[in-house]
Amino acid sequence: MFIDFILVLVLLTNLKLLGSSRLGACIRVAAIQGMLLGILPWWAHGHPAAFRVLGVTVGTVILKGVVFPWLLFRALREAEVSREVEPFVGYVPSLLFGLGGLATAFWLSTRLPLTSAVHSSLLVPAALFGIFAGLFLIISRKRAVNQVLGFLVLENGVFTFGAGVIGETSLLVEVGVLLDVFVAVFVMGIMIFHINREFDHIDTDRLSSLKD
Amino acid sequence: MAGLNWTSLLSVIAGIALAPLLPGIISRVKARFAGRRGAPVFQLYFDLWKLWRKGAVYSRTTSWLFRAGPVAGLAAAAVALLVLPFGSVPAPLAFAGDLILLAGMLGLMRFMTIVAALDTGSSFEGMGASREAFFSALAEPALLLALGALARVTDAYSLSTMYGALSFGHWWSLGPVLALTAAALVIVLLAENARIPVDDPNTHLELTMIHEVMVLDHGGPDFAAIQYGAALKLWIFSTLLASLLLPVETGMPALDFACTLAGVFGVAALVGIVESVMARLRMVLIPQLLVSASVLAAVALLLTLNPVETKAGRPAFKAAQAGELQRPDSAPAQKADGIDKPTR
Repeated sequence: MFIDFILVLVLLTNLKLLGSSRLGACIRVAAIQGMLLGILPWWAHGHPAAFRVLGVTVGTVILKGVVFPWLLFRALREAEVSREVEPFVGYVPSLLFGLGGLATAFWLSTRLPLTSAVHSSLLVPAALFGIFAGLFLIISRKRAVNQVLGFLVLENGVFTFGAGVIGETSLLVEVGVLLDVFVAVFVMGIMIFHINREFDHIDTDRLSSLKD
Repeated sequence: MAGLNWTSLLSVIAGIALAPLLPGIISRVKARFAGRRGAPVFQLYFDLWKLWRKGAVYSRTTSWLFRAGPVAGLAAAAVALLVLPFGSVPAPLAFAGDLILLAGMLGLMRFMTIVAALDTGSSFEGMGASREAFFSALAEPALLLALGALARVTDAYSLSTMYGALSFGHWWSLGPVLALTAAALVIVLLAENARIPVDDPNTHLELTMIHEVMVLDHGGPDFAAIQYGAALKLWIFSTLLASLLLPVETGMPALDFACTLAGVFGVAALVGIVESVMARLRMVLIPQLLVSASVLAAVALLLTLNPVETKAGRPAFKAAQAGELQRPDSAPAQKADGIDKPTR
């Protein structure tokens, strides 16, 4: 029941990311989504007090809820860009795409043969929808900060899938993935800073016409 | 007409008699927030009485459409009231698919207002009609999808059986679905009744108004019919929302009735609070708000269509539906699913 509730909130944060126009709001929503997913394995796992589950929960919440927003806000402040998302695809079409993606995710989840039973019937659709939403955010927004957010949402989708079957995967894998994501976001934050210092903007569509 | 009984008739009479109270409650709550005493709660009754005794003035450029608009709109709202259940009290008229009739009657009411506005040939009224048509075209899918999600949850296709089957057990087992539906209905209520995040009913600046601008040329009894029709529409939406939020079923019809009535007045107070704490949205942001209402309702509907097997056995949604269907004969087996519906 609580897992369903959290997963529905995660679905809604994805839709909010698709329909939101402010970069700051997007970063905050992505942070909330990360924290919601952080407490997911805690509910999904049978023994909440087990050390490894607790470790993954605390690590995820701190990393995705505190460290990533801080890194992204710092990149945003240093780049001194405007606060608008500047989409290629408008907010209403993005929302409608989100709805289509969600329907596809629900349909796909009925077609996927799962080797082990999952904790909630919403888990697979939520994971697939997170992946769709992340990919869509990466290709449909101009700002480089949004590409990082899209990557984070994509990773959150994959994490959702892993969180549901955490009993079967080892702690080492989860921590390794978290470390990878941390390094990726760290490097991308530095990249944004350098792109901005070199070209005075972080619009990815203008980067494609560069010549050396 | 199988479900006709005295409580059903009473709920319709209550709607007809008490609907003008709702705008009074809203303005009273707004006045309280602003630190004023505000107009009496019965103000709309006085206004209607005053308007009813006046004569109407008709422009020579208008045709019969302009005179038919307010009457037909009021009649459509009254028909919609006939299929509207009041909490668990069934409506006097119930058949499979009557939710489409409800949406259709509200659409007809809107259409008649728009046609009457266009008939005057005024550019302001044409602008208001254009906005009304655009925004309500976006709000209607949200209403139908929300009602569709409810139909799916209760496995019924008549408003009376849908709301009759709803119980607090559904809030326990299907909380997310019902919460999303309720959120969509709140946005539709605010948009369809020209309330603040979408339209400001108090402003007299034609450039920003939607609903009020369409009725500028009506006067006397016609304007009374329009205001009364708008109050009935607000009553209909408030009842839909209150019956969803408070699905009480005590077994005593009088008590259920009183609870739903309190819920309807509570919804009106909620609208007053929303109006007090929010500013009107910019015109360009309204479509986005209405589309997000549709998206919320569509997510609720998608959640009810989800058939994957879980570790706990059957998925919660299926279990809830099965519980709804098999309730009388397999009562103890379904207790575990959290559905505690009293058998009637």
